[in-house]
Amino acid sequence: MAKIAYQKLHTHRPHYWGVIALNAVILAAGLGAAYYMEHRGHIVTGMNNQVVWGMPHVFAVFLIVAASGALNIASVSSVFNRAEYKPYARLSGVLAIALLIGGLAVLVLDLGRPDRLIVAMTTYNFKSIFAWNIFLYVGFLVIVAAYLFVMMDSYASRSNLAAKAVGGLAFGWRLVLTTGTGSIFGWLVAREAYDAAIMAPLFIAASLLYGTAFTVLALMLMGQAMRQRLMSDEMAGRLRGLMAIFALAVLYVTAVHHLTKLYASERHGIERFLLLDGGIYTVLFWVGQILIGGILPLAILAAPRLGHGRTAIGVAAGLFLIGGLAQMYVIIIGGQAFPLILFPGMQVTSSFFDGQVATYRASLPEILLGLSGLSIAVLVIGFAVKLLPFLPQPAR
Amino acid sequence: MSCGSKSGAGCASGKGCGCAGGQTVDAARRDFLHGAAASAVTLLAAGVTLYSFGPAPAAARAPGERASSSVRYGLLIDAAKCGDGCNECVTACQTENGWRDSGHPQTDAQWIRKLTVKNPKNGATFSLPMMCQHCTDAPCVDVCPTGASFRRADGIVLVDKHTCIGCRYCMMACPYKARSFVHEPLTDQKAHAPRGKGTVESCTLCVHRVDAGRIPACVEACNDTGGGAMLFGDLNDPNSEIAKRIATYRTTRIRADLGCDPGVYYRNI
Amino acid sequence: MARAVGKWVAASAFALLAGLVAPALDGAYAGDAPWLPKPARGQGDKCVADTDWMRRNHMTALLQQRDLTVHDGIRTMRFSLKGCIACHAVKGADEQPVTAESPKHFCRTCHDYAAVRVDCFECHASRPEAGAGAAALPARAATPEAETLARYVRSLKP
Repeated sequence: MAKIAYQKLHTHRPHYWGVIALNAVILAAGLGAAYYMEHRGHIVTGMNNQVVWGMPHVFAVFLIVAASGALNIASVSSVFNRAEYKPYARLSGVLAIALLIGGLAVLVLDLGRPDRLIVAMTTYNFKSIFAWNIFLYVGFLVIVAAYLFVMMDSYASRSNLAAKAVGGLAFGWRLVLTTGTGSIFGWLVAREAYDAAIMAPLFIAASLLYGTAFTVLALMLMGQAMRQRLMSDEMAGRLRGLMAIFALAVLYVTAVHHLTKLYASERHGIERFLLLDGGIYTVLFWVGQILIGGILPLAILAAPRLGHGRTAIGVAAGLFLIGGLAQMYVIIIGGQAFPLILFPGMQVTSSFFDGQVATYRASLPEILLGLSGLSIAVLVIGFAVKLLPFLPQPAR
Repeated sequence: MSCGSKSGAGCASGKGCGCAGGQTVDAARRDFLHGAAASAVTLLAAGVTLYSFGPAPAAARAPGERASSSVRYGLLIDAAKCGDGCNECVTACQTENGWRDSGHPQTDAQWIRKLTVKNPKNGATFSLPMMCQHCTDAPCVDVCPTGASFRRADGIVLVDKHTCIGCRYCMMACPYKARSFVHEPLTDQKAHAPRGKGTVESCTLCVHRVDAGRIPACVEACNDTGGGAMLFGDLNDPNSEIAKRIATYRTTRIRADLGCDPGVYYRNI
Repeated sequence: MARAVGKWVAASAFALLAGLVAPALDGAYAGDAPWLPKPARGQGDKCVADTDWMRRNHMTALLQQRDLTVHDGIRTMRFSLKGCIACHAVKGADEQPVTAESPKHFCRTCHDYAAVRVDCFECHASRPEAGAGAAALPARAATPEAETLARYVRSLKP
């Protein structure tokens, strides 16, 4: 097998620095917003006692889910022995780390007491899926870093064995990690919208889609900045196929999820809310997740001729990600907005908004905090590719 | 009056125990009674209201004594006696624990609230107070990543605000919407009820009063100026008034289907 | 070899210096240096433990008491924050006890000097409730439980 060559980000268009600067500004704004939220309290967000997780969590969960999926290409290359994916494996690994750091930063900065992070890192309740996730996230960072090392170190990378072993571990770990993330919601027995084992496979399918879409966009944008084609036509075709399969998987699991709930009379309330008359949540579900994030990009990818073009693949990847954010919004915010059912079949009212659909409007600070997670990811990748040869050589 | 002798067992172990005349049990409720023993208790119940059981149903522990797992504190709430417009329990809790209306209804804490429940088919309504149900297998305790949400040996579910990081996962998990997040900075809290921005809080069953052998503020207020709908006591002590009543009447626990074994029992809902 | 000798010299110099400075510091603890903080005296004739011991260990005692109270319902007063706040209340210009907002607050006098952040008052009231005051404090006589607690605290690292 010919030795694969990689490159650092050497020469690039000036707009690379523009992108870095823009993201640095967003990050600064996000950090400012986090400080403001901590100083004034969560009163300055749209979150309340009914919708306790808001926009920061939409972004954080989206990024964390995408992070595990971003490792796909690396896994395919070393675990499933597909040499043609190998040139993209390093970028895939660093992307996974960057997205996870971005998501975790948002999650931590949204805490009521972010100053007590040390408590979260030292005091554990091992019955909590949330506590397990802390280990899963930190473990993922360590394992992927080790994976990158065995792929890149001149001695360790002499044989594929090490990469295969660590890659296999990373692959297993990422499945467990996304199962954990999905179970944060799936194990909430009290909430009508959650309480379903299928949340875990749903999140795994979503992670495969988001992660691959992020990889596609990263390759295309980097290539654009370098005036090079980083993605071969052959690879573009493969990624197109992967995205289509993953998008179909998300649609399938989503359909099973809702059909199962629809069959049970007791869940008709929440299903009617999400699918029929939930206002913004219904719109985001049908238009955001299903249409913009599913059917439309699938149609683009399936279109004869057009679907094979790089632009079409890039646009589809972008649409999948927009749809992903909509999906997270519907799952996280929509799931909380629907009231808890204390007395089935009865109308409940109180001063605490029992029996009412909760109102939630994201405020600017929390949107900035959420966006800054994405910026952190961009900055991490932006600098990583300048420091070490993560990028493939231009395609033939 | 037969009250003294009949309630004798309930006054064992030094628990304060009074006896006031008062309300009668309506006929419908008798339907739930059964057995020969039950009919004897009917006579007792006819003669008493809930607030007759003295100022200190919780045996006061010495200050240096640990909360005991042989005790399980709980409440019995009779919705039939809970007045629709009555808010005495809520006001008493606010005064006792220092949470109040700050003009932000969406984010203000509510440790206890009144629910009005209406049957949409026929318009029948009832009302009841809702607060932390102090579950044995509390979902909030299960999900808390740091163990800040915990269940004390005597069944009281609390938040250790020293280790609470404010992630709000417990609020996601609670089936009763019993918890609030402190959204704003606070000052001049009650010395016995510390509360602070960025942490989660909920009904403590007035743990500071219970530790001193007193009953929760809501129960006291309900008995003094409300409908006498609330009874506090040790569910584990078969001789306690609350345990005897739960053994006698048909009681319900809200969302019992979840299997969390709440410590708050309701009647007539 | 030369390096080893250097180490020796450095160690001796340090020991000498420490020996010279330590007595001076000891004197400083007595509060005779003008720049040192002078926390307000509590009410009554003496604290729940030796002042010297309290200076070094109050945080450990408070943390231990805190966990015992929150988790086990142990409500002895000796090392309770509530007790400290009640006894060491400092009156402001309006004759009311000051909150931790004021630099005159008992805890702040030293903590400002030592630049150690106090997290307690994020949740706990930093002054006694109106009308409560030190009168609400039980008699100082230490209960056996408090004695046990104190023994435990003393057994911890100095």
